[in-house]
Amino acid sequence: MSGDVAVLGVGMHPWGKWGRSFVEYGRAAARAALADAGLEWTDVQSVVGADTVRGGYPGYVAGATFARALGWQGARVTSVYAACASGAQAIGAARAQILAGLADVVLVVGADAAPKGFFAPAGGERPDDPDWLRFRILGATNPAYFGLYARRRMALHGDTAEDFALVKVKNSAAGAHNPYARYRKAVSAGEVAASAVVADPLRLLDICATSDGGAALVLCGMDFARARGVADPVRIRAVSTVTPTYPRTVLDLPDIATDSAVAVEPAAGSFRASIARAAYEEAGLGPEDLSLAEVYDLSTALELEWYEDIGLCGEGEGAKLLREGATALGGRVPVNASGGLASFGEAVPAQAIAQVCELTWQLRGTAGARQVPGARAGITANQGLFGHGSAVVAVR
Amino acid sequence: MERTRTPVVSGWFTGAEAGDGFRLLGTRCSACASVFFPREDAYCRNPHCPGGGELAEVPLSPRGRVWSYTDGRYRPPAPYVSDPDAPWEPYTLVAVELEAERMVVLGQAAPGVTPAGLAVGMEVEVVAGVLDEGAGTVTTTWWFRPVEGTR
Ligand SMILES: [Zn+2]
Repeated sequence: MSGDVAVLGVGMHPWGKWGRSFVEYGRAAARAALADAGLEWTDVQSVVGADTVRGGYPGYVAGATFARALGWQGARVTSVYAACASGAQAIGAARAQILAGLADVVLVVGADAAPKGFFAPAGGERPDDPDWLRFRILGATNPAYFGLYARRRMALHGDTAEDFALVKVKNSAAGAHNPYARYRKAVSAGEVAASAVVADPLRLLDICATSDGGAALVLCGMDFARARGVADPVRIRAVSTVTPTYPRTVLDLPDIATDSAVAVEPAAGSFRASIARAAYEEAGLGPEDLSLAEVYDLSTALELEWYEDIGLCGEGEGAKLLREGATALGGRVPVNASGGLASFGEAVPAQAIAQVCELTWQLRGTAGARQVPGARAGITANQGLFGHGSAVVAVR
Repeated sequence: MERTRTPVVSGWFTGAEAGDGFRLLGTRCSACASVFFPREDAYCRNPHCPGGGELAEVPLSPRGRVWSYTDGRYRPPAPYVSDPDAPWEPYTLVAVELEAERMVVLGQAAPGVTPAGLAVGMEVEVVAGVLDEGAGTVTTTWWFRPVEGTR
């Protein structure tokens, strides 16, 4: 396919609470990706950084920050901010540059040093910011929204707290095999049930932590890869960065209300479903072609929703798919073979890039004890605050 | 001492006093009939709107049905206002589906309403509420509570 770009190198800094600067994590991940690609930093023609928020300025963590840390060498630079979708947009920007012939080799970097506990908006009195408003008026934290989704699934589809816990059990078992994961210990259903309720019905172990971490990719054109002797690289075949369509009818972070559907009939399917649909259409494949998926399990219950939104099963059938073992390692289509956010925690601008790192290792067949046998195609799915979609399809 | 009652955001709901007739306020586009809450006063956000309309204030339905609910067992960060020296009292959040407006609005539940007393689909009504109280000021907000005082 003409739209393919090659993943020549991948790298990560382990997730955790390391107490260092995001720049260090990003630099380490970038150097690991360059070493994996067999390239020098000075070979890179363009660097794309996924930004995070520092002191209220989305932009402190930028492409140039990483370029400076690696040593100024004059590369083209791009910085993107799209909340949790920042990494996918960075990959999208790098891919567009390669396909447009603006660069042969692009380094994509995302890293963060996350705050402890709940994410909070920037300070000051800012009633024009929906993120500020939901905290000021409602005290509606991120887990509060996850709780709303979880409770709604229980009411509509009959999901249970035990189903949710099983997602954590599955992901922690996979994450135990991942050297980059923050949590590398298998968790039991009993341990989930014994953890404190954070936002009814979700408990502490149903909700992902905030973490430090970094991830990087070296992307290049197919010709460049072949010239380097890499005849059959992992290829990125689609990058979906869609927005919702009006009216958006599912209450979503950080909004206090949905759009009204009185004037316009809502489109079929949810925003989250449209993210994956756009990626499938661009890639020319569908959920039946997947060997594995990496989805954004901010909460255990939300992972079940992603099963439906990426088309692994019908609406309301997520828990059934889980119970059958289809999404566990060894199942028909493992989801979050990396361990997911359950094992990593959130390092916002790095996470969507880390998902593609996992797909790459899996498609190369080098994922070790968590390897999905014969993996040929994978999708990542994620969603950024304020209406940023994010999905990447990679194939081998 | 008389304390000033100030809405947490101005223009989002009617008079902050308890009693009959408390309503959330949105805006409606005269060109396409789209309703917005929180109020949208600058432009219509419907991409299919023919344009040229005015955004006029409208009260939202006083009752709706529970879309979902949850609670906050841990103290949220600022700018939520709470006394760090007082023990944390969990509050309940309710997302309410308004039939006429075909939209879902999130709000805190009235004190005493817990998840145990709610169910998806249950009818609730909006009432005047108090968000926080400081020296000389009371910040007002909206609360949802089950209709017919079931809990
Ligand atoms: Zn309009």
